[in-house]
Amino acid sequence: MKRKRLLNHKLIAGAVITAFVVLVSAAGFFYTPYDPNMMDAASKFAGISLKHPLGCDNFGRDILSRIISGSGTTLVIAFCTVLIGSVGGMLAGAVTGYFGGAADEIIMRFNDAVLAFPSILLALVFISVIGSGKYKVILALGIVFIPSFARLVRAEFIKCRSMDYVSSAKLMGASDLRIMFVHILPNTMKVMLSSVAIGFNNAVLAEAGMSFLGIGVVPPDSSLGRMLSEAQAFIFVKPSYAIFSGAMIVLMILGFSMLSEGLEAL
Amino acid sequence: MRRKHGFIPLLTVLASLAIALGGCQGDKAAESSKIVVGIAQDLEDSLDPHKAVAAGTKEVLFNIYEGLLKPAPDGNIIPAVAESYEVSEDGTRYSFRLRNGVKFHNGEPVTAEDVKYSIEKSAGMTGDESLIPAFSLIKSVDIEDPSTVVITLSEGNLEFPAYLASANAAVIPASNASPDTIPIGTGPYQCVSRSPQENLVMKRFDDYWGEKAYIEDVTFKIEANADSVVMDLLGGSIDMFPRLTTSQVSQLSEDFTVYEGTMNLVQALYLNNEYGPLKDVRVRQALCYGTDIDGLLKLAFDGKGVPIGSSMFPSFGKYYMDELNDVYTYDVEKAKELLKEAGYENGFDLKITVPSNYQPHVDTAQVLVEQYKKIGVNASIDLVEWNSWLSDVYTNRDFESTVIGVDASNMTARALLERFCSDAGNNFINFNDARYDETFKKAITTADDEESTALYKELERILAEDAANVYLQDMAEFVALNRKFTGYEFYPMYIQDIARLRLSE
Repeated sequence: MKRKRLLNHKLIAGAVITAFVVLVSAAGFFYTPYDPNMMDAASKFAGISLKHPLGCDNFGRDILSRIISGSGTTLVIAFCTVLIGSVGGMLAGAVTGYFGGAADEIIMRFNDAVLAFPSILLALVFISVIGSGKYKVILALGIVFIPSFARLVRAEFIKCRSMDYVSSAKLMGASDLRIMFVHILPNTMKVMLSSVAIGFNNAVLAEAGMSFLGIGVVPPDSSLGRMLSEAQAFIFVKPSYAIFSGAMIVLMILGFSMLSEGLEAL
Repeated sequence: MRRKHGFIPLLTVLASLAIALGGCQGDKAAESSKIVVGIAQDLEDSLDPHKAVAAGTKEVLFNIYEGLLKPAPDGNIIPAVAESYEVSEDGTRYSFRLRNGVKFHNGEPVTAEDVKYSIEKSAGMTGDESLIPAFSLIKSVDIEDPSTVVITLSEGNLEFPAYLASANAAVIPASNASPDTIPIGTGPYQCVSRSPQENLVMKRFDDYWGEKAYIEDVTFKIEANADSVVMDLLGGSIDMFPRLTTSQVSQLSEDFTVYEGTMNLVQALYLNNEYGPLKDVRVRQALCYGTDIDGLLKLAFDGKGVPIGSSMFPSFGKYYMDELNDVYTYDVEKAKELLKEAGYENGFDLKITVPSNYQPHVDTAQVLVEQYKKIGVNASIDLVEWNSWLSDVYTNRDFESTVIGVDASNMTARALLERFCSDAGNNFINFNDARYDETFKKAITTADDEESTALYKELERILAEDAANVYLQDMAEFVALNRKFTGYEFYPMYIQDIARLRLSE
């Protein structure tokens, strides 16, 4: 009883932080205090003030506005990445787990091959082939994220396919598709949910990492990783730039991981 | 009791640490004749001087190779492998007397055959394409006697010595079968090794004919990530870095001397004159009117840098025209009007391709994107690696616009202006203007110096008025050099002369 309550704290804290992060970024699509890309020579490296709560960067752009819109970019990328990864993984995992046989062997060996490379490295290769930019990063990361989801779903399907309710559905003449997606899939949701939350974290970090290396989001657009990479050049002149963008990443990750831990304990 | 036990070992450790540290310091003094120079780009194109295209490659190769003549920091041309030369009255016959005792890095003496081979190879007479268009004038290279080489031109040319002083006209041994991987020259430094994406290591050439270099070992370290340059300087992994931005300079500590000069580059938003909307001269002019150069300098360069209005920079005083800066003054309304006339009332999309390793160009592009919003042009940035820039933009001309700096490969106006002739191989912006071609032809054939200067100026005017590119500035150059070293000198060209650096004290 005590243990359960403790974990629920995590859920609550995670939900609050995540809600805050998501709200702030969502609001950024409609309103930011300044245009995040607007340059102003007069407020170059401006300090913290009422006008610019977090100061300004080397082009006189408002850091608060950039963080808000940057979080949005990062979140959208992470969301789409996880969406591609989980849907793709679900399909691959369902087919291979349910039918087994040759298709299973082929798809899963391919899966293993993708998993064998560090995901960032693989995404780097994708990017160098298809070019950088927001949507290309989503595509590259999404593909890289498929295998881990596929594995998970496949394991669940293998576990479920010999269960009684599947056998009875078969006897009643339900089609394979129906059994896969109506009967078995809902039973994998719990495992999926927590891994989606973890995947989300990884996607945020991956985007930040790639933009930091200069191959993710293209300037002048902001993303949290991009901002960190820009801030690096001014780390001694304007440490707050790096600190605030870094803090936002930390907050995002913290929220999601607490949320996922909380979910797992339910 | 236990504590006491711990004390003696601690003392021993501290003592040995002190000895070890002391030892380190001793070593440092002995090996300090070593400098690590950071450079922004890898030497991907070629180590063969006759094939090196990138300014960043040539500035490194300057230390390894020399031609018959070479440039000096004051802008003059001084003899190198040649001791002296004579020109015939009509400027068609150049007779070079070779310097005695000049040796290649492999120990072999420089012979007239080597010189003939090098000039012919550089001029494209042996198959490869020549990087010096003016070398097509060369009719023959003859060996008169073992120490005299005569170059005969098909028509008189007064600028010829300047071409011979270019990095692309270096003298290399005829016996070297693979100059692009094993560089052998006559310069003050010899190449030791090159690791792609990492570095190029040189050591002092002790048989150099002239004043020998001071510093023994030199490493050019490739700093592909512009953001980490300051940290590498402060951390000591590089001792010198040319071309820092002002904000980078402001972060340096007292340990560095900062030299300020200009880069001798024509930084511009180079426009692909063949790309859709940019085909229309009014659109190009609109971009010029819509560019606030002063604003750009203030935002991205702390106000440093010299605005320019055409493909010429101030250090070429004879040809530079200050008045071209006023052809376009910042005027948003005028820009919009021109766009409207051209049928782009609602603006258009413009992709600016920028090599990601050049922070100043990336910064410039970011400011331009903001400025063009005001005239309704939807510009976006495409960051590419230096190698893809070279192949896609420069070689294949597959781009819309790009921010880059173009240097002069030798100290002539021709070096900057020839590339805009419609048939020039390096006319990467696809500029095509019959009047320009004609004027250029006149400028290079006339024997009268004053007339040719006037014609070159006319060419600059055409480029400005036709808005071939959006000309921006000759960037201020900041070179940071660790105080351990001194003696840095600027050249009116893209050159890092390491041989003049020496230890302080």
